[in-house]
Amino acid sequence: MTDATQDGPLLAADGTPLKKRLAQALFRTRLRAFGLTAPLLAFITCFFFLPIVVLLFQAVYNDQFEEGMPRTTPLLAEWNGPDLPSEEVFAAVVADLIEAREIDRALPTKVGARVNREISGATSTFKKTNRRAKKLEAPFKEALIDVDKDWGDPSFWYAMKRASQSWTPSFLLKSVDLQLADGGGIESVEDYLQIHVTLFIRTLEISVLVTVFTLILGYPVAYLLAQLPVRTSNLLLILVLLPFWTSILVRTTAWIAILQSEGALNDIFVWLGIASDDARFSMIYNKLGTLIAMTHILLPFMILPLYSVMKAIPPSYVRAAKSLGATNTTAFLRVYFPQTVPGIGAGGILVFILAIGYYITPALVGGQDGVMISNIIDGHMRSSLNYSLAAALGLVLLVFVLFLYWLYDRIVGIDNMKLG
Amino acid sequence: MKLKIALGAAAVAAFAAGSAMAASHAKSITVVSWGGAYTKSQVEAYHKPWIEKTGNQIISEDYNGGLAEVKSQVEAGNVTWSVVDVEMSDAVRGCDEGLLEVIDHSKLPAAPDGTPAAEDFIEGSLPECAVANIVWSTIFAYDTSKTQGVEGLADFFDLAKFPGKRGLRKNPKANLEMALIADGVAPADVYAALETAEGVDRAFAKLDTIKDEVVWWEAGAQPPQLLADGEVVMTTAYNGRIFNAAAGEGKPFEVNWDGQILDFDLWVIPKGAPNLEVAMDFVAFSTDTQRLADQASWIAYGPARKSSGALVGLYNDGKTEMAPHMPTAAANLETALVNNFEFWADNQDELNERFNAWLAN
Repeated sequence: MTDATQDGPLLAADGTPLKKRLAQALFRTRLRAFGLTAPLLAFITCFFFLPIVVLLFQAVYNDQFEEGMPRTTPLLAEWNGPDLPSEEVFAAVVADLIEAREIDRALPTKVGARVNREISGATSTFKKTNRRAKKLEAPFKEALIDVDKDWGDPSFWYAMKRASQSWTPSFLLKSVDLQLADGGGIESVEDYLQIHVTLFIRTLEISVLVTVFTLILGYPVAYLLAQLPVRTSNLLLILVLLPFWTSILVRTTAWIAILQSEGALNDIFVWLGIASDDARFSMIYNKLGTLIAMTHILLPFMILPLYSVMKAIPPSYVRAAKSLGATNTTAFLRVYFPQTVPGIGAGGILVFILAIGYYITPALVGGQDGVMISNIIDGHMRSSLNYSLAAALGLVLLVFVLFLYWLYDRIVGIDNMKLG
Repeated sequence: MKLKIALGAAAVAAFAAGSAMAASHAKSITVVSWGGAYTKSQVEAYHKPWIEKTGNQIISEDYNGGLAEVKSQVEAGNVTWSVVDVEMSDAVRGCDEGLLEVIDHSKLPAAPDGTPAAEDFIEGSLPECAVANIVWSTIFAYDTSKTQGVEGLADFFDLAKFPGKRGLRKNPKANLEMALIADGVAPADVYAALETAEGVDRAFAKLDTIKDEVVWWEAGAQPPQLLADGEVVMTTAYNGRIFNAAAGEGKPFEVNWDGQILDFDLWVIPKGAPNLEVAMDFVAFSTDTQRLADQASWIAYGPARKSSGALVGLYNDGKTEMAPHMPTAAANLETALVNNFEFWADNQDELNERFNAWLAN
């Protein structure tokens, strides 16, 4: 009898199995926890995650052409060149243009703007054709070529074909300086148009350098702050935080005043005789200017995590090492430094991630060789309105950062990171 | 639940009452422009008289150019801007992309002598979706206390004759045209040359000769500052900014009009803008002959109407005659070039890219 009870599942007071009760109780706690985080989760989903997905989606999907040219699109999918398409396709173009104009006046030019991303000159070709579309008569092939000779150029049609594919690799390819070749296949863009790869590499280079510089400059400061008595260190901490609370624009402009060729630093150099008056150093509007200004602006992001990690290291460890005969250097390198690695990891990642997407400072002081990929993305969002290319560049940058993050996790380990 | 409905109904009622009130009384439009001295000139010359005449309200907002805000408002179906001051390239691009209302130019008032608006406006200043208000120009300028004897645009590219840094806008527009003019191409042939690959190569080759000495600027306020700081010996700039620094702040800056690139600033109405009729009324009012002439006494940009030219008077300091400082003054127009927006609509994607690549390498 007693044996039988012990063999069966453990029961709670009301007779239900204990395991089930436990699960119920845990479920309720989890539900409550979820309920508490739900608002934040919903907020992040709606205002952070979804917009990013929608924007990145534009990198591979653009139906500007298909929307305005529903007849032409399937016909272009069948056409593969190298000769001009048949009369049927020309007729479809004219019919689509006439109909598109009736739906929305701006639709045909919108289509032209999309084709213009693939081949220069399409905007005016479409505008011109659009104006005369209603008056055109068969045979449409001759009629269209008569309106604009672009219609008789196979590479114009290849560009139309590329634009007609709503799911398109065009923008992603473009973001790494490649393009779809006219006859199919992938080729690199003309030499004088290659820019994105150069800028990705430069962005990486600047971000790594800024991270290294902030570490070299920030480590001793954080160490000093951690060693000093609280009263003094709090005072010094305010000095670290003061620029942190100042607007980025103000700080960047201050650097312009200091570094420009008629600026304070150059004046001192001339006065000291380091530089001659007519050959002043150019320290701004180039990569050097970007590096200096960004290092200064991002310095607090390195110092603060380092400081909080160092603050938590008991001084008795180093004392113990010394009492056991270690020299100052050995005690620092073998006992103190390894304990600050989580802070270096946290500060390093923070600075690196912030630096890689930086654009205000490079835009102001970058000149010609100090601009970063984010400045190009900004230009496409703001002035050329090429959201698809901006999204593609953003996607490449995101994938790249995630890859580096993964690499960091493999080499250093992400759990070995401490913000405080 | 009941409470909710009651609240909802009250809100609807209040809203309806509010909009009814707005309908019966004054209407409000949001006019967006570039800020600074430029917006001030518009407020003085356009906004104040219009508010006085119609009793409507204007909310004046500043922005940094570009169509990003217009695009996001139109695409979200939540347009809050009624009238926006844009550059020609944006007016054309916005129209092409269907972001702007098409404007019926026959609704614009005729000149005092009865010339219809379509003829009174300078040629090319009335594209489908916009109405020009001013003519501005990209010129080059220098500090006369440090630099003398500058003859023409060729000197801007002559580092041997005038050593030192140059300021240029970080944008291919105007730079390519000026490079070709300095290289000896007649202004009338510039765009024909730029249509060919050789012409573009030639323009970039000319820019190459000064590339290492260039300080690139982006905002219109930068070039006068660069000149004042002595950062550059000469710089391209918007003529109004140099005029304001010279006449307003007494800086010894001089504008050289050789090879100036004329451009327009225009009013556009985003598609689906609120109070469309009122917005259109404001556009028509502010671009009549007198209003455009009035604006010139606040800033050195030329009126887009021919009939306004004769009415342009003194600068608001009460002594500087404005006429010779207008980009449209006959003496300044000899080697001028009007920005060809059709060309840029076709080629800006590729030329921007090429320019950026040229800069980066």
